[in-house]
Amino acid sequence: MPKITYIEYNGKAHTIEVANGLSVMEGAIQKNIPGIDADCGGGMACATCHVYVKQEWFDKLPKKEDGEEDMIDMAYEPNKFSRLSCQLIVSGKLEGLVVKLPEKQS
Amino acid sequence: MIDTDVLVIGAGPTGLFCVHQLGIIGLKCEVVDNLDKIGGQCIELYPDKPIYDIPAISECTGEELTNNLTEQIKPFKTNFHLSDRVEEVKKKNNNWIINTNKGKEFKVSSIIIAGGVGSFEPRKFSVKECEKFEGKEIFYSVKDKTIFKNKIVSIFGGGDSALDWAIELSANSKVQLMHRRDEFRGAQSSVDKVKELSKEGKIELFTKCQLSSVEGDKKIKSIKIKNNDGSIKNIETDYLLGFFGLIMKLGPIVNWGLNLDKKRIPVNTENFETNQKGIFAIGDICNYPGKLKLILSGFHEGALAARGCFKYARPDEKLRFEFTTTSKSVQSRLGVKKND
Repeated sequence: MPKITYIEYNGKAHTIEVANGLSVMEGAIQKNIPGIDADCGGGMACATCHVYVKQEWFDKLPKKEDGEEDMIDMAYEPNKFSRLSCQLIVSGKLEGLVVKLPEKQS
Repeated sequence: MIDTDVLVIGAGPTGLFCVHQLGIIGLKCEVVDNLDKIGGQCIELYPDKPIYDIPAISECTGEELTNNLTEQIKPFKTNFHLSDRVEEVKKKNNNWIINTNKGKEFKVSSIIIAGGVGSFEPRKFSVKECEKFEGKEIFYSVKDKTIFKNKIVSIFGGGDSALDWAIELSANSKVQLMHRRDEFRGAQSSVDKVKELSKEGKIELFTKCQLSSVEGDKKIKSIKIKNNDGSIKNIETDYLLGFFGLIMKLGPIVNWGLNLDKKRIPVNTENFETNQKGIFAIGDICNYPGKLKLILSGFHEGALAARGCFKYARPDEKLRFEFTTTSKSVQSRLGVKKND
């Protein structure tokens, strides 16, 4: 299973294995990683699973759909490396992905 | 004091269908919702987006689903208390006493929480100093637009609310519209109008930027915005309006003595009762092994929770299982008149 690293705002890193096919959001929720709320459950309707993708990873990820970019407008302190983790589907290509979590989600 | 059988908190699809299920077993209820309209997330987040997984309905929008559910519960003439929020819940003898934000009081034997992920609140500026100006010079909705007349108003956001208010206020105010990217997600006609007004010099556009600080002691003097390239710009302003959509906050629910697990309320799957006898939770807000956040799951949960309320509302009666197709008493509650 691919290893994904989530870095909390305070710098604490969590590296976990997430099964192929799950989203980066679901991986975090299942392992109780603090800092991802995912209020809407993965529907691209709330922007509370917002993450910053490390620059070297950002360009390798599948592009955002319009709906995701629109919803990122609503996120807490978005920047150009912002993604919604519910839209990042885990596969072998994401082995080693590192995402940073914002200070808070709402 | 409103004395009834059940209080339903939340007027989303789950709460609405639960009203139906309470109605057909002969229980009376009232509904409280924080939003100013019926429909919950369906109406607030995706009124015109399609839903494909309502049984027997191949496709409908959030608004259509809400309208259909509202129609279905019409026979029960349920009172809705909108734009109001339940603040306090207290046990008194065998009843629950509920107080709302607007000062209403209910006495019921059961409460059904169908509150989604809590109540909707506007998402606010992340800059700390904004709090002290909130309600004075910083707003997240417009109640009285006359205060902006002949003033400098900085509007943040890229959706319809931001665009509509920029257009509207540009007639009598100096409007500065600020957004974190250079595409706007509002209606195309509004985007075009804003661009036209910008060309005419009636709206000043700042894109690829975010608020970085607010300057001023008692009143706001100016703001600093940070561009995506890192440069900072100082801009004079009298008012700030932020339109960043809504977030969901659990709110006062955390104070009602309920067990909580990551913003959700654990329930049993027999009747969706919480750790407090007589308080039930259904829909997105409840949690149990295998929980799916689907509208159809909310319908099922509401059907069982409604029956769970029966023993508290009618302790001396026995609830008999009946089908709507054949039960005369259910049909009379629904107001169905059939000639045999």
